Amino acid sequence: MVSLSLTRKLAILADAAKYDASCASSGSEKRNSAGTGGIGSTEGSGICHSYAPDGRCISLLKLLMTNFCVYDCVYCINRSSSNVQRARFSVDEVVRLTLDFYRRNYIEGLFLSSGIIRSPDYTMEQMVLVARTLRETHLFAGYIHLKVIPNAAPELLVEAGRWADRLSTNIELPTDGALEQFAPEKRPSEIRTAMARLRGKLDEATPEGKTKAKPAKFAPAGQSTQMIVGADGANDAAILTRAAGLYSGYRLKRVYYSAFSPIPDASSRLPLKPPPLMREHRLYQADWLIRFYGFDVPEIVAGGEEGDLDLAIDPKLAWALKHRHDFPMDVNRADRDRLLRIPGLGINAVDRILVSRRHHRLTLADVARMTASIDKVRPFIVCADWTPGTSLDDAKLRQKLVPTPTQLSLF
Amino acid sequence: MLAVRLEKPNNLDEWRGKARRLLVAGMPPSQVVWRTGAEENGLFEAGDDMLPSADGPVGSVPRQFMEVATSVIQHSNPDRFAILYRVLWRLQSDPHLFANAGDRDNSLLANMASAVRRDAHKLKAFVRFRSVPRDDGEAFLAWFEPDHYVLEATAPFFVRRFDGMRWGIVTPYASAWWDMENLRFGPGGAKSDVPAADAVEDDWKTYYASIFNPARLKVAMMKSEMPVKYWRNLPEAELIGPLIRNAKAMEQEMIERTATQPPARHLRQQARQPEIEQKHELTSLAAAREAVQDCRRCPLYEQATQAVFGEGPAQAEVMFVGEQPGDQEDLAGKPFIGPAGQVLDEAIEKVGIDRRRVYVTNAVKHFKFEPRGKRRIHQRPDMGEVQACRFWLNLELQFVQPRLVVALGATAAQSLLGKSSVTISKLRGQPMEMEDGAVLLVTNHPSYLLRIPDAEGRQRERAKFEADLALARDLLADLEKSGARRGSA
Repeated sequence: MVSLSLTRKLAILADAAKYDASCASSGSEKRNSAGTGGIGSTEGSGICHSYAPDGRCISLLKLLMTNFCVYDCVYCINRSSSNVQRARFSVDEVVRLTLDFYRRNYIEGLFLSSGIIRSPDYTMEQMVLVARTLRETHLFAGYIHLKVIPNAAPELLVEAGRWADRLSTNIELPTDGALEQFAPEKRPSEIRTAMARLRGKLDEATPEGKTKAKPAKFAPAGQSTQMIVGADGANDAAILTRAAGLYSGYRLKRVYYSAFSPIPDASSRLPLKPPPLMREHRLYQADWLIRFYGFDVPEIVAGGEEGDLDLAIDPKLAWALKHRHDFPMDVNRADRDRLLRIPGLGINAVDRILVSRRHHRLTLADVARMTASIDKVRPFIVCADWTPGTSLDDAKLRQKLVPTPTQLSLF
Repeated sequence: MLAVRLEKPNNLDEWRGKARRLLVAGMPPSQVVWRTGAEENGLFEAGDDMLPSADGPVGSVPRQFMEVATSVIQHSNPDRFAILYRVLWRLQSDPHLFANAGDRDNSLLANMASAVRRDAHKLKAFVRFRSVPRDDGEAFLAWFEPDHYVLEATAPFFVRRFDGMRWGIVTPYASAWWDMENLRFGPGGAKSDVPAADAVEDDWKTYYASIFNPARLKVAMMKSEMPVKYWRNLPEAELIGPLIRNAKAMEQEMIERTATQPPARHLRQQARQPEIEQKHELTSLAAAREAVQDCRRCPLYEQATQAVFGEGPAQAEVMFVGEQPGDQEDLAGKPFIGPAGQVLDEAIEKVGIDRRRVYVTNAVKHFKFEPRGKRRIHQRPDMGEVQACRFWLNLELQFVQPRLVVALGATAAQSLLGKSSVTISKLRGQPMEMEDGAVLLVTNHPSYLLRIPDAEGRQRERAKFEADLALARDLLADLEKSGARRGSA
């Protein structure tokens, strides 16, 4: 076989890695290289070092160890039946690239995934070896995210958690039926079992109550997963139900939703059209409302039609428009849980309202200063100098609140 | 009018010293102008040597003021010193100023602080080091143009991050230098002080171009996070134009091009792999245990982690049947390992049933729950789910052939008796014969004991439960003695 240059391999194996949406480098332990002679730090919030024209942040060096794969998952660019060019990094090559990029301040760390070669264990071993070499040989204290191969040996999982900040296992598709159809070699219960195992390790690493003994470190930034949206026929209700189940069962930090986007040499079984980016955006908003705003899945979904979210307006506004009898809410009286249900008010705005209203009764101008979108808020609130009158009953309220589409600038 | 002179553009301690003296002197903000560096005093302005030098008592300031001032002092707004002094002055009579988010000065400070934080963040994000060979190894230099005076306060971040590296960051107004031991600040410089290229930059650009997904073009989003003003110092930015121009064509090409024939490697691989569609032949307990993972007889599989099959010796004398796996059982894939399992184990041991002769399983093999935040709340399986799962329970009965079956709770009893409603209190204590000849006993589910709130009631129910298990023990001894035939299919 013709040997490829490192740059060519980088092009192939970064291209192959870009369909994984996660680029988070936040939420790990506080750690730095001061006094160690090494390099690297994680200080809570991650840093986006660049942005690609797709609007996505570049925080981590996102690579595949190899894009050779024995699996034939229809939605995947690396499936064994695809004719994409194949390449494979050595452990040292990935280590060198990571350090070279990190020293120049291009990245926060490494996100390493891989196609499955030889066996799940062998593949996982290679990834663990990269992480261990970075940590032990090069005293690298930057962020490391490793993809977990679901059926790799549990010992490898333990070692991966020792070196990595975050581990992830992709659920891939929202329903087991779709997964079986599109990824015949993957077993849904195996994927969830891997997440359950990770949760077990994460629980063990969290000191309980008053115990003094410090448990061994395990993936301090927790675990996450990704679901592809729009490759199969699942509706938003199915997607969000799946997500809520995963959050409750496996203590996931994040579920990433990745709009299915056309891939080179794609199978004809897939919807080859531009990725449903707005749908992806609405799902993230709904996910947020479920995790931080006290909404449950049926409530959110009921804001849309037939199990799908309303694409034209955000899910909270959609919910509020269908629950007008709950409004207007008095921002000077309503409790926190109620305030969080007002369209256009985020957690920060609500907390500022709660602090400010202790000192004086809030006016519409006060509220306007605390939010970015008073137009969206106004019909739903009462404050010192404002009541919405009959506008809440206006049949055209939705129409008035739908943002006017703006032409996206091309450059 | 009094002109107060500051040496540094961004030193909070220096400003604070002067501000204290102004406060002590009772100097209202309207009477003060602030000058930095070489700015000359106006014609009618007195120098600040007029100020009283002694430190008189000044009131305390809220913690929020110092926090926000630490950032605001770095802002490039020439009025920053005056604004800070004005707020300090107002705080003397209005100590709750910071609680009022609607106050103009308050929001002005908040906006300035957030602009500074953003600028410091961009410094951390967009500095691009270039390697410089040196006699004592490699050094890394970067040129950066911040909007505000953020270098000094942000440099310690780079020290913590790049301990084992010699580096320097040059900005128009100051520079920072780390020699792997000390952090030093020097004068500002020019772009030409830093090398124009770096060997690794080509790989970085390759990465940047490859990680971009042309099907997701969102230029406005990129520009809002990576404003154009930074682009001139980012090596990857030269690619942005061409990538955007080609994006539509690349996407269209992916959409239009149909899949090619799979490579020969794929076909060889497929041939090597065992038939995936192969159906499990359910000829043994082990085969059933394997097959249950693919069960689709009811929708519960979709949300549960895995099916939890029974455990115990394949020729166990007694089989305990519970309702369904709980949270812990679902995660671990083993039945009765949670709190209810503990109750059962204790009772089994107490009455003296030999654990090695016990097989434990559930009427329903998948965990049914309702997600609530970070917890899963147990839900009782409905009759349809119980019915669907009898297939697996029957297989377990058929292969294990226990002499005695103990139904723990109503769901298990329903399943084993084939009835849609049962009352435990009416059935308990009465051995019944099952179709296959095995003896069936009914008792409570151990989790019922855990839910009783009062200690007395709990004890009473536990005694009843243990009595049922003692009966099971005795029945088992009788069945063995009489040589009753084991249940068979």
